[in-house]
Amino acid sequence: MLSRTADSLYWVSRYVERAEYLARILDATTRLTNLPSAYGGAGTEWQSAVATAGCEDAFALAYDEANERNVCEFLTFNPDNPSSIRNCFALARSNARAVRTALTSEMWDALNGAWLELQRFERKRMDREEFARFLDWVKNVSLVFDGSAYRTMLRDDGYWFSRLGVHLERADNTARILDVKYHLLLPETEQVGGSLDYFQWTTMLREVSALTAYHWVYREAVKPVLIADLLILNKRMPRSLASCYESISRFLDQIGDAYDRHGPAQRQARKTLASLSNMPIDAVIRRGLHEFIEDFITENNRLGAIIVDQYLQ
Amino acid sequence: MPAFDEMTGGEGGLRSAYVELDRWLKEAPPEMLALRRSQAELFFRRIGITFAVYGDEESTERLIPFDIIPRVLTKPEWTKLEKGLRQRVTALNMFLADVYGKKECLKAGIIPADLVYRNACYQLQMVDFQVPHGIYCHIAGIDIVRVDADTFYVLEDNARTPSGVSYMMENREVMLRLFPELFATHRVAPVDNYPDQLLATLRSVAPRSASSDPTICLLTPGQYNSAFYEHSFLADKLGVELVEGSDLLVKDDIVYMRTTQGPKRVDVIYRRIDDDFIDPLVFRGDSVLGVPGIIGAYKAGNVTLANAVGTGVADDKAVYSYMPEIVKFFTGEEPILKNVPTHRCREPEANAYVLDNLEKLVVKEVNGSGGYGMLVGPHASKAQIETFRQKLKLQPEGFIAQPTLALSTCPTFVASGVAPRHVDLRPYVLSGANGISCVPGGLTRVALQEGSLVVNSSQGGGTKDTWVLDA
Amino acid sequence: MRIRISHSIAYAYAEPVRQLRQVLRLTPRDHDGQHVMSWRITPNIDGRLRSSQDPFGNLVHDFSADGPIENYAIEVNGMVETVNLAGVIRGVVEKVPPAVFMRDTRLTEPSAALRDLATEAAARGGSELSRLHALMETLHERIACVPTGERLGIGAGACLEAGEGIPQDVAHVFMTCARSLGAPARYVSGYVAESQTLPHAGGAHAWAEAYLPDYGWIGFDCANGLCPIDTHIRVATGLDYADAAPVRGARTGGNGESLLVEVRAQAARPRQQGQ
Repeated sequence: MLSRTADSLYWVSRYVERAEYLARILDATTRLTNLPSAYGGAGTEWQSAVATAGCEDAFALAYDEANERNVCEFLTFNPDNPSSIRNCFALARSNARAVRTALTSEMWDALNGAWLELQRFERKRMDREEFARFLDWVKNVSLVFDGSAYRTMLRDDGYWFSRLGVHLERADNTARILDVKYHLLLPETEQVGGSLDYFQWTTMLREVSALTAYHWVYREAVKPVLIADLLILNKRMPRSLASCYESISRFLDQIGDAYDRHGPAQRQARKTLASLSNMPIDAVIRRGLHEFIEDFITENNRLGAIIVDQYLQ
Repeated sequence: MPAFDEMTGGEGGLRSAYVELDRWLKEAPPEMLALRRSQAELFFRRIGITFAVYGDEESTERLIPFDIIPRVLTKPEWTKLEKGLRQRVTALNMFLADVYGKKECLKAGIIPADLVYRNACYQLQMVDFQVPHGIYCHIAGIDIVRVDADTFYVLEDNARTPSGVSYMMENREVMLRLFPELFATHRVAPVDNYPDQLLATLRSVAPRSASSDPTICLLTPGQYNSAFYEHSFLADKLGVELVEGSDLLVKDDIVYMRTTQGPKRVDVIYRRIDDDFIDPLVFRGDSVLGVPGIIGAYKAGNVTLANAVGTGVADDKAVYSYMPEIVKFFTGEEPILKNVPTHRCREPEANAYVLDNLEKLVVKEVNGSGGYGMLVGPHASKAQIETFRQKLKLQPEGFIAQPTLALSTCPTFVASGVAPRHVDLRPYVLSGANGISCVPGGLTRVALQEGSLVVNSSQGGGTKDTWVLDA
Repeated sequence: MRIRISHSIAYAYAEPVRQLRQVLRLTPRDHDGQHVMSWRITPNIDGRLRSSQDPFGNLVHDFSADGPIENYAIEVNGMVETVNLAGVIRGVVEKVPPAVFMRDTRLTEPSAALRDLATEAAARGGSELSRLHALMETLHERIACVPTGERLGIGAGACLEAGEGIPQDVAHVFMTCARSLGAPARYVSGYVAESQTLPHAGGAHAWAEAYLPDYGWIGFDCANGLCPIDTHIRVATGLDYADAAPVRGARTGGNGESLLVEVRAQAARPRQQGQ
């Protein structure tokens, strides 16, 4: 297929996934800041939300203060923030439009409908309740899009590139949360204790929609080391780094088989997958959680660049 | 002069082609027609959205109105027309080969050399270059108007990138869905083999160095082009890749598509990008739509462009006025299709006549298209006429003038019911190494406003399905 | 007169270029007024350099190279022997009929102001030739010609309106006016040797030529206010700058381009005083 077509399919999925992630961050942060102040919030939750969304620099240029109003506006409808939910949908749709015949009509309808609906939300004045409804709606769009891709696309290279986009973006997002909040998961934090930590931890789990899963997997109280295990190494958890890489590697192999040629992208994915499979969480923490995450982010970006180089240009 | 009505013949009679349709129209309750019309519109809106281009508010409305009453031509009418079209397009191709080659028609004084040399569409790059299989204009759209039962005029030759064929096909599609009963009582010649014919034409003109299964693609300016729907529609029907300039690259004079499996060689490009934008190294340097080096590959004989570069010189309005002589010179036959009598303002005598009769004439800019830069004398204000008078005095060579023609009318379903409206016809003529082909009919455009003669969609024109009756 | 040319064009890119393609019109041809004694074009990176002719008969080099390219330069070195033919161009292989040069182009689009200027200037001359001379003198007085530097051309109409412009645009103004007077006119890019008397000399330059049936093509250098003499080396011609530009290029990648051009055009032996 045309490289541009594959590139657009890949980016459509990335942007939809990113929009969902932004909605999750906002949702979880709103909950955290709604705690009574007796629990001793540090007041930096909104700043942390911006950092988790990965757009601190752009935010600092546009606003003086990281408060609820500014951050929500910046991450939802701000047309100047290239990664606002609005722009994610706009970019997803324009990529989709350029390769319209490569999408199924269900996928197109999901995106086109979302774009029209988004403009209705944009014109509304939103109170907290309405805002919560909006965030739910964003997550739903992503579900519908994902579901229509899963249920209607031919299983060929178009589908695989679209899935690659989802999982690369997802891995990047989970890694970003870990990068910003890794300190909450270190053993010394545990000793400091205090109730805020508990809420911080559950916030992290909510951001990757894993709070329930946590309890099913570990059947114990929320502990930082287990959170790290769940988000990094646990292959049963769909947003964990290991699970994302299992999918990435599988889709790359399918592409490689179909094209009868495996190259640097396949090798790079396998290498990262191995590093996520061969070490228990204790060892990861002993050797330095932060370094591990930073290395992962570097390797994940490298894979993105290799995929572009090998297939998309 | 009253217009010729294709149903009644103008004298309240009933012409044979329309007997069945007339009976059906008389029986059909107006509510049913209105309902079918809104169903048709829904269909167009849906496929418009399906194909995806026009989803946002500003462009959803860009549907071209569709009239549900077909325009009917009889087999003998079409046979004559088709013969004339083949002759005309043969001559166009011979003319192009000649002006870029031996220039015999210039030497023989059939057409003033200046008219060719000074024309910006006469591409110097093409001089003395042998195009693959000697064909320049692979896809032509010839605009035809009718003034009486026997007389068809060519209004314009479109030899660059004529559009609208997707409407021809979609119109038929919607008619088949909405009015199956009409197809039971009429033997209508099909048009849905157009993509097959186009594909065969494109394959036939592949460079000789290409494999027996040449790779073809359709080059579009992109999703913001107003005809993108058609590009995407045709690529789909042809089963070829729809590419943008950035999807192609040229290496060692060979054109490749960038694919996920690496560069793939391209042999034939059905390009819907104008000459000026196709290669920033040769034509407009600011073009981001084109492919750097594609002209080099073309001239090395490694890729076929359809249509060829430089066909615009043949559909220039000033050149048009010489078409009868051109047809005669190259085919040795009398032209079957007439030209609208044309005053060349570059000739002082003609210009004097035009200046004296502006209120009766249609004045057209030589290089204009789409109804822009045009004066329709009988419908123009005094001020508009004066503006054109000044233009004609300043730059007479930029204009031609024609009498206002009484275009034929066809029954059309409008707000007030069924009423006659003026129509034209654009048949599509394909020329390949395999010969010339032309699907029966073409795109009928209709001026929906009462009395209006302007059928352009940009100015309130609509379209109709065009039927050629097989029996 | 022998003129030595050294012309270097150097590019640097913030992001590497993946694919580079350039069309160079940097090589003069022989005609009665000039003889190319030696000429050499040297790109400093590996690539494919092919020569051909364009429709106007200009010598063209097509250079293509694959990246990553971060820096790239072309060196042009040569020596040309010229004679003074007082602006008359003879012995050129003409591939295109003069009528072609009556076309309007984007950079030479006529306007009322340009037409008026042409008519006014023409009123000062009698014969066709003297009308064109008058036109050249008028433009030389009226339009302040400024060095090209990093400025881009803006076209004839805008240049006249601004009352100043780079040599390219001054040439465009002349061509547009000449065409409106009925004389085919073309653009010339080339070099002018260093000179005590010429304001625009010592480097790359642009001027115009007009066609008169009785004389053939004649050069008009409005920026310098004279018909080209033995200081001028013609390199390429066309309908306007775009046809004759020394370098036209396209690339993928290579954002953040910076360009450094150095040109010297010097008499190989110093001219004698008072010539």
